[in-house]
Amino acid sequence: MTATQEQEVGAARRRKEDAHLITGQTTWTDNIQLPGTVHAALLRSPMAHARVRVNVAAARNEPGVVAAYSGADLADELAGLPSAWQVTPDWVAPEHKPLAVDEARYAGDAIAVVVADTRAHAVDALDAIEVDYDPLPVVLDMEQAIADSSPLVHTEAGTNVCFRYSDTFGDVDAAFANAPVRITRRFVQQRLVACAMEPRSVLVAPVPAAGEYTVWSSTQIPHFVRLFLAMLSGVPESRIRVIAPDVGGGFGSKLDIYAEELLALTLARKLGRPVKWTETRSEAFQATVHGRDQIQDLELAADADGRIRGLRVNLLADMGAYLQLLTPAIPLLGRAMFPGIYKMDAYEFGCVGVFTDKTPTDAYRGAGRPEATFAIERMLDELAAELHVDPLEMRRRNWIRHEEFPYAQIAGLTYDSGNYEAATARATELFDYDGLRAEQARRREAHDPVQLGIGVSTYTEMCGLAPSRWLGERGYAGGGWEAATVRVLPTGKVEAVIGTSPHGQGHVTTFSQLVADTLGVPFDDIEVIHGDTAAAPAGLDTYGSRSLAVGGVAVWRAAQRVLGKAKTLAAHLLEVSEDDLEFSGGTFAVRGTPGATKSIQEVAFAAFAAHSMPDGFEPTLSADFVLEPDDFSFPHGTHLCATEVDTETGRVTIRSYVAVDDVGKVVNPMIVEGQVHGGLAQGIAQALHEGARYDADGNLTTGTMVDYTPPTAADLPSFTLDRTETPSTNNPLGVKGVGEAGTIASTPAVVNAVVDALRPFGVADVPMPCTPENVWRALHEAQGGAA
Amino acid sequence: MTRISVSVDGTEAVDEVEPRTLLVQYLREQRGRTGTPVGCDTSNCGACTVLVDGRAVKSCALLAVQADGAEVTTIQGLANGELHPLQKAFHEHHALQCGYCTPGMIMAAVDLLDEVADPSEQQVREGLEGNLCRCTGYQNIVTAVRDAAAELRGATS
Repeated sequence: MTATQEQEVGAARRRKEDAHLITGQTTWTDNIQLPGTVHAALLRSPMAHARVRVNVAAARNEPGVVAAYSGADLADELAGLPSAWQVTPDWVAPEHKPLAVDEARYAGDAIAVVVADTRAHAVDALDAIEVDYDPLPVVLDMEQAIADSSPLVHTEAGTNVCFRYSDTFGDVDAAFANAPVRITRRFVQQRLVACAMEPRSVLVAPVPAAGEYTVWSSTQIPHFVRLFLAMLSGVPESRIRVIAPDVGGGFGSKLDIYAEELLALTLARKLGRPVKWTETRSEAFQATVHGRDQIQDLELAADADGRIRGLRVNLLADMGAYLQLLTPAIPLLGRAMFPGIYKMDAYEFGCVGVFTDKTPTDAYRGAGRPEATFAIERMLDELAAELHVDPLEMRRRNWIRHEEFPYAQIAGLTYDSGNYEAATARATELFDYDGLRAEQARRREAHDPVQLGIGVSTYTEMCGLAPSRWLGERGYAGGGWEAATVRVLPTGKVEAVIGTSPHGQGHVTTFSQLVADTLGVPFDDIEVIHGDTAAAPAGLDTYGSRSLAVGGVAVWRAAQRVLGKAKTLAAHLLEVSEDDLEFSGGTFAVRGTPGATKSIQEVAFAAFAAHSMPDGFEPTLSADFVLEPDDFSFPHGTHLCATEVDTETGRVTIRSYVAVDDVGKVVNPMIVEGQVHGGLAQGIAQALHEGARYDADGNLTTGTMVDYTPPTAADLPSFTLDRTETPSTNNPLGVKGVGEAGTIASTPAVVNAVVDALRPFGVADVPMPCTPENVWRALHEAQGGAA
Repeated sequence: MTRISVSVDGTEAVDEVEPRTLLVQYLREQRGRTGTPVGCDTSNCGACTVLVDGRAVKSCALLAVQADGAEVTTIQGLANGELHPLQKAFHEHHALQCGYCTPGMIMAAVDLLDEVADPSEQQVREGLEGNLCRCTGYQNIVTAVRDAAAELRGATS
């Protein structure tokens, strides 16, 4: 008998994951040391665009070198890397070789590889490779790239346009005709670098006689890596085992099939030895996908009282030099989110995907959704300013009201549930909105050199990337389902096998809580298995805040199946009908017959021993579930930020930040808070600190942590968090997803606050990141000075 | 090759190293102390912070030969039978997510609390400025460090 359980779901359970991480007993991919391992180092083009002739012969004679190859040497053996999301029938998808052949198209494009007995020897030998670089014209600016006279990134493609996409909802011309208020703005989403703390690493160990490969990779997507390595190499999936061991963060940047993964497999196959490659941080800046990078042109039409009639959005989205796994889809994921939480009569969306001689872009924290939310939240503030209406009031006039959910919004999505009123009321109370507005007025009146700005962001996000049919209709090759297996073992301990592959989100703890409540077993008796295609063979991995809303529901469903099976066997063992049983605290009891009980642990042993079973009962207490979700879920929230802006130096300081998020039912409030904190830091980083910059020749001038300036503890404030809880109606748990909330909401909240502080000086926008220099220039230009 | 003699987490070691070997490479590759990870190549991220003779040092910023004769403590040598108050506090306050920065963060905090027994929030934030975290937003790290400080003060008073 097990003691009656406390309710686990909703409890701030401390993480099971922490014990080995706080004591250094970790298995990061680069920690794995196998006998006979050789180390790969890559030569990367220092030029953004050049014809290359590479001769590796001399490198082969360097100390410790086992092999050296140019892109041309391996051209026949290395397949091109995939892009899995064909966004239009006529997209342009140039071949993307893991090692560039003849032509390098961005600074950092790999052109040769050396394999040696130690990493140091491999790096040393790179110096012996002879390369003739024949420079070609470089195109970095998206508007220049789509002009007829532009140099081409891929000559054979004949264009720098990857795709053109457009959509119209409602009568846009009618909405704009005679609208008393029209606002036009251009926003630039600067290029960002994910900077996961663990650089990427891959180790491939072959069993040559069997043609088998074990691949350790610091990836978010072990199942996709196995699938694509099989497709690209011809090795059957059954002979490739991919393990994502401890993975040190991803934020989307490890949601990709990387050149180095295919290269390591190919080299291990050729050499018959384990091959390891680990990137340096400098390489990570150049060769791990970047995020964002959009030019957004928006036009908004409204009534005189601020009710939105129509919205036009035109994007230029930088693909970089090649398409990675999801590159062209990222801006289109934002397509349906530009209308945000607001009602409108008409909406038009256009997007041009553009090739440039820069590092490829792909998913980064929120992937297309933060860009969309930023634009609409900035526009709401501009509308409020135009009509001299308080920004919160402007949102109230336009948002979907609580009683209107589920709500079919203009771009074709149906928002499941929401209560923007409640989250906003709570946020304004915690923030002391009225008090801060009064202080702002006083400072303006007094011409204080340090002005106060208040920024509002009321957002929604789209979580749980699914259903599969929705993805298929939009050109995605994969699905959106998720798989789980739950087993109660003969000892009564439980294994939950999950298809999502965490890298810091706390899945082991959260999923243990779900299973503990369902089966009435102790939290500590549950083992969660993930991130290894041998142990967890089915899954679609972790990205897009899908883990709980899709994976968690799959686990819960599998546990429900186990419970159903246990009930059948318990009824048989107790010689009663299933209807006579009640289940509580892990024990089946016969109603009205004290003492007639079977614990789930007893049932599990009986299912294992299989001595006495009902007809047709399959031995063991185990069940699978593959969940195909009904629809997305839509968390929301209200974030309020107060900034102090020094009008003399341009320095921005966050004075206070309040985030009230509604992520549906919360399984572990401690983990939810942690996710929001981290998201806020990254969103604030986009607003104030970070931006990848290139010089005119295409050299990344922010290629280290010194120049890129990710925020430190001293750069960030403490946040005030609270939440409201409006359950999702799209899944039985009522959960929604939280991974991206903080990032999505915070960037517009902070920039709105900066602009709000400077509005009396005629400033209507400050380009991101709002560094002292950018703020000072915006002020100076608004006051008629040449900056 | 140069011969060095180092105490690593309480174990005396004599090793041959190439003069160019960084302390972090030596610890990871020759001493198997992989609990100390590498996060950058510019000494900015602090993930590889260890204690050298009791002071926090970014082990990528020191050559192994410079540690000759020194006592090096890594995250793997910090727990002395039971967890260090900082390790406990990081767990208790959810001050880690992916955990990659955690060893360096904890080792830097050990040194910080050795210098300042009762740091303010701002002192913790500035004291850990050399250690980057990409997951937590730092708030829970600051809370954990201050909580551990209180426990350490209690233990020594």
